[in-house]
Amino acid sequence: MTTTATSHRTRPPAQQPTLRARRLPKYAAAAIAAAALLLAAAFVYGTGTGGPVLVVVLGALLYLAGLYAAANRVEGRRSARNRTWSALIHSAFVLAVLPLASVVWTLVSKGAERLDADFFLTSMNNIGARDPNGGAYHAIVGTLQQVGVAALITVPLGILCAIYIVEYGRGRFAAAIRFFVDVMTGIPSIVAGLFVLAFWVLIVSPWFNDGRPSFSGFAAALALSVLMLPTVVRSTEEMLRLVPAPLREGAYALGVPKWKTILRVVLPTALPGIVTGVMLAIARAAGETAPVLLVAGGGAAINFNPFENNQSSLALFVYQQAGDASRYAPARAWTAALTLVALVLILTVAAKLLARRNRLGR
Amino acid sequence: MAKRIEASNVTAYYGAFKAIENINLTVEPKTVTALIGPSGCGKSTFLRSINRMHEVLPGARVEGSLTIDDQDIYDRDVDVTAVRRMIGMVFQRPNPFPTMSIFENVVAGLRLNGVRRKSILDEAAERALRSANLWDEVKDRLGKPGAGLSGGQQQRLCIARTIAVEPQVVLMDEPCSALDPISTLAIEDLMFQLKDKFTIIIVTHNMQQAARVSDRTAFFSIEKTGDPGRLIEYDNTQKIFSNPGVKKTEDYITGRFG
Ligand SMILES: Nc1ncnc2c1ncn2[C@@H]1O[C@H](COP(=O)(O)OP(=O)(O)OP(=O)(O)O)[C@@H](O)[C@H]1O
Ligand SMILES: [Mg+2]
Repeated sequence: MTTTATSHRTRPPAQQPTLRARRLPKYAAAAIAAAALLLAAAFVYGTGTGGPVLVVVLGALLYLAGLYAAANRVEGRRSARNRTWSALIHSAFVLAVLPLASVVWTLVSKGAERLDADFFLTSMNNIGARDPNGGAYHAIVGTLQQVGVAALITVPLGILCAIYIVEYGRGRFAAAIRFFVDVMTGIPSIVAGLFVLAFWVLIVSPWFNDGRPSFSGFAAALALSVLMLPTVVRSTEEMLRLVPAPLREGAYALGVPKWKTILRVVLPTALPGIVTGVMLAIARAAGETAPVLLVAGGGAAINFNPFENNQSSLALFVYQQAGDASRYAPARAWTAALTLVALVLILTVAAKLLARRNRLGR
Repeated sequence: MAKRIEASNVTAYYGAFKAIENINLTVEPKTVTALIGPSGCGKSTFLRSINRMHEVLPGARVEGSLTIDDQDIYDRDVDVTAVRRMIGMVFQRPNPFPTMSIFENVVAGLRLNGVRRKSILDEAAERALRSANLWDEVKDRLGKPGAGLSGGQQQRLCIARTIAVEPQVVLMDEPCSALDPISTLAIEDLMFQLKDKFTIIIVTHNMQQAARVSDRTAFFSIEKTGDPGRLIEYDNTQKIFSNPGVKKTEDYITGRFG
């Protein structure tokens, strides 16, 4: 300590480190970008090697190189590296957002054609290949009921399972459960559908249906539950582990029993994260086609009873309409896809708002 | 109602690591006992084994016996929550519940143990907050989140939370390390008040504080890193600070070691 202090003091004042540094002017980055794009355009169109995409890619590379060179010249190496990395990170962000924006744009522009009241108020019952109208009412009902029932099954089960693993599970048994949950995460949706078809539709449902197997929305909900459960368990588990141990100890030290600590301190603290995980699971389930096709069978008419007869769903509706020969079908498929995305979005926003209301505003 | 605490041959482990070994000491009712010693010598560990908080950590365990008014709290048929309700604890780092408001934090112990009456809760909250010297600072924002307070305020909030349930023994792990001199004095005043009815054990690195507030002082130390902490000397505070019986204690108190 003392030696460094004295060495600082003995340094000549001219060499004293200054806090100021030369900076590139504010317009430099924009100027370099413009120059890079111009250069790239001149090269690409001059040699006739490609189109606008190549111009942007080449321009970006030239921009990075130019920025590094200029910053290195004026501001020094550290700052040049800093600028290059910031530019790279920003371009990664743009790259990630591009496909998303493109999907949204495609959905909105193509889905707008059939975005009318008819679409939301009628089903496909008695709609032939030459009829321009027809709608997805039955599919919306199906999706809401199937996903709703699946959420009713998985959310309590998944959260309880995660609580067991994190708070109570010790040794082999908990490890085994974790392992099976991991394995379940990898189950393809068609396998989940086949499992429910073999187990529920063909073996169990005949008991309630005079010996005949019965397709139903409930069977689809069961298949979706198989898919949702691991997501809910794993995300809840991660969130519970993030709750700091001193919080639990704080509650224990007040003489609060363990179960009450979990219910009143740990779960509320982890709630926003748990909600996010549940919404991810719901979004995934709402987009599943194969299991619904296998065990609910689809159908053109409105069926409000999830326990009897065929039901459709939005994802299945998209699949069927996209493959339909009618020239009115593709427009229906696009609008149904837009509806599905909007539905998931609305559910997610609503859930987040609810979860936030429980927390105190900071 | 104050409790007499008797530790005999208390040894505590974190997994295979032995943190404290063979601690023997008796804490008389209605006294303040200070635990002092260098960092890492096991003061917190010993304190946490008194209200069975040590065993909460995975792999941690306690051997030996700890009795409160002749009941061994490590007996098999003892209800842990009853022990902890009787022996409250203020932690080394403040840990207010982040989802609860200031008011809810203070009455958390009462509420989670089944007290519902608003009037009782209001009264208990005000009394506890006044004792912890926090009432004037928070009385206008009881509904605001407890995590939005400053570090020292959070610590006083945790002290208020602990005394709101009126435990018979209060364990405090460096309660004043984040507090300004005024709040420190308030907490020391609080200890004098609580002493009328309760037993207090406090860990502190502040020698003056130990000398000011405690009746008895226990000095812990370790030989070298990796060794378990041991109780070196335990006597009246006056004696420890004026005429310690062990050389090591004297070195520590006078600042020649540790
Ligand atoms: N969670 C833990 N896991 C493993 N070892 C631990 C844990 N907590 C404490 N220890 C170890 O136990 C010993 C005693 O720690 P303890 O926290 O009781 O010290 P202390 O006397 O309270 O120190 P300080 O004055 O710094 O708070 C130390 O060697 C420490 O490294
Ligand atoms: Mg400590």
